Amino acid sequence: MLIMISKRIGFMVLTMLVVSILLFLLLEYSPGNVAVKVLGPYSSEEARQLWLERHGYFEPLWWRYGSWLGNFINGEFGDSVRFRVPVSEVLWPRLWNTAILGFWTFAIMIPLSLILGVLAGMREGSRLDRIISVGSIITTSVPEFASTVLLSAIFVFGLKWLPGTSSMTSGFEVKQMILPVMVLIIYDFGYVARMTRASMAEVMTTHYIRTAILKGLPYRQVIMKHALRNALIAPFTVIMLQINWLLSGVIVVEFFFAYKGFGALLLEASLNQDIFVIEACAMVAVFVAVASQTIADIGYTYLNPRIRFT
Amino acid sequence: MSNIIETVTPAPTPEAAFMRALKSFALLRESTPGMVGAFLVLFWVIVAILAPLIAPFDPLATLQPMAKPGTVYSMGGTFWLGTDHLGRDILSRIIYGSQTVLFYAPLATLCAYTLGILMGLAAGYHLGWWDIVLSRISDIILSFPVLVLYIIIIATIGSSGINIIIAITFASAPGIMRIVRGLVLDLRNRDYVAAAQTRGESALYIMLVEILPNARGPLIVDACLRLGYVIITIGVLGFLGLGLPPPDPDWGGMINETRKMAMIFPHMTIFPVIAISSLILGFNLLADGLREVSLRD
Repeated sequence: MLIMISKRIGFMVLTMLVVSILLFLLLEYSPGNVAVKVLGPYSSEEARQLWLERHGYFEPLWWRYGSWLGNFINGEFGDSVRFRVPVSEVLWPRLWNTAILGFWTFAIMIPLSLILGVLAGMREGSRLDRIISVGSIITTSVPEFASTVLLSAIFVFGLKWLPGTSSMTSGFEVKQMILPVMVLIIYDFGYVARMTRASMAEVMTTHYIRTAILKGLPYRQVIMKHALRNALIAPFTVIMLQINWLLSGVIVVEFFFAYKGFGALLLEASLNQDIFVIEACAMVAVFVAVASQTIADIGYTYLNPRIRFT
Repeated sequence: MSNIIETVTPAPTPEAAFMRALKSFALLRESTPGMVGAFLVLFWVIVAILAPLIAPFDPLATLQPMAKPGTVYSMGGTFWLGTDHLGRDILSRIIYGSQTVLFYAPLATLCAYTLGILMGLAAGYHLGWWDIVLSRISDIILSFPVLVLYIIIIATIGSSGINIIIAITFASAPGIMRIVRGLVLDLRNRDYVAAAQTRGESALYIMLVEILPNARGPLIVDACLRLGYVIITIGVLGFLGLGLPPPDPDWGGMINETRKMAMIFPHMTIFPVIAISSLILGFNLLADGLREVSLRD
């Protein structure tokens, strides 16, 4: 188990390193481009050279990468070109806002999709199963940017119940959270529900469930005590992988609702070529994604004794 | 010796493979969601092909700004779905937009499949270093949140049709590679592969002629699903302002351009949303139906 954990963490560090090299090469390979992006297209050639000189861009590539990585690990991401402040000052509050959004999405989506998945998988092929399965295909087919528009057409312009933007300019408002969270749940729950259903349906065909039913246990007890415990191992991994999906989803949702979060920051930075913000955001995104995958793998091994003891 | 050769199961011929593929499409009749999906996809394909014949107006012409659906145009014709803020007919733009999406999405998927299949075949057939290197590369690419990857690529290389295809190929090939690799690991020990090896066929021949045709079943299902994702991706990129440059009609771009006016003129945004959602739903249902049918036999 310990070996496995250290292997996984080692792989995680390796991934982060490779990603950082790729990112560095992609964005900072030619110092000239960096200067243009930082100082703007109308800056003079001398100003660019001076800036490059001062920030050590005439050192060899590997040396530049080393010092860049060193700064990165210390949390010094450079200055944002657009906001004129250190990147970390912009990044952390934005990340916190997205964490709030993600928390509410998960807090509602996970119980909902697990319950629906278990209900559907309990009796495979029943009417309830077909409704839930087809319903989850439909909700997963409507992309987030489409459902943002549809839902705001209904709730903002039609019924006038909810505000159309979630910029939170006057402090935190629950009302402004409802639509973004709803869009993310609608798009994401279908996948988890279908995985839970598949896992549950598989467990229901096993011998020990048949035995439990045949020995006369109440159906409720068979489900709660025997089936659920085994059926929920696979969805656990899927749920952790949803964090990766969520990071994509928040970009669209935050952009549409003008929510001041991490996804919107990354998008703005990309559109404005704000390269140090792009670098910091991309590394944070990959870190969150890789860390959640690592936890998923370790958790899966821990939960599943068949893997743990072999 | 002749004994052994006789017991070797021959690799299915291309004709037989084609007939089986046809049969599984025929079996699709038994799956209602699959039929609905096939119908939706077919509908949009026909719309795209017949676009010049059925579109009532030129999709780029500015005619009468902000007309409500059903407005009769003074120069003749009706705006069945209204016009957008620049006075372009929305129905015509949706019709021509289907051409855009049904051109770029399959092309990008095809590119991603070509690369992914080659990677998967190489990794699964040769194993060893090939496998380690290719698997690690795809693990790393797959660890990116997809949209983050697209945004970084497009922001760096710029947004154009070709760059979108490059970005999609780069981001989806690793996922395809994993599937192909898994299938190849299962197929590489079959008798007909051993027979081809004994005949002295080259590795490339064995991979492409002996193994690949036998791995197609799961790949067809995955391709349908992936087409849906690629359409979403193209739509999202258009929506975020990183898609195909205007003025060409592109559903995601149409939604983005008009979403701020959705309060007063909901028709400008709703119809492209319905169009793109129905096409994605079509591919998802088709994939689901095909999987159901293929599991049956």
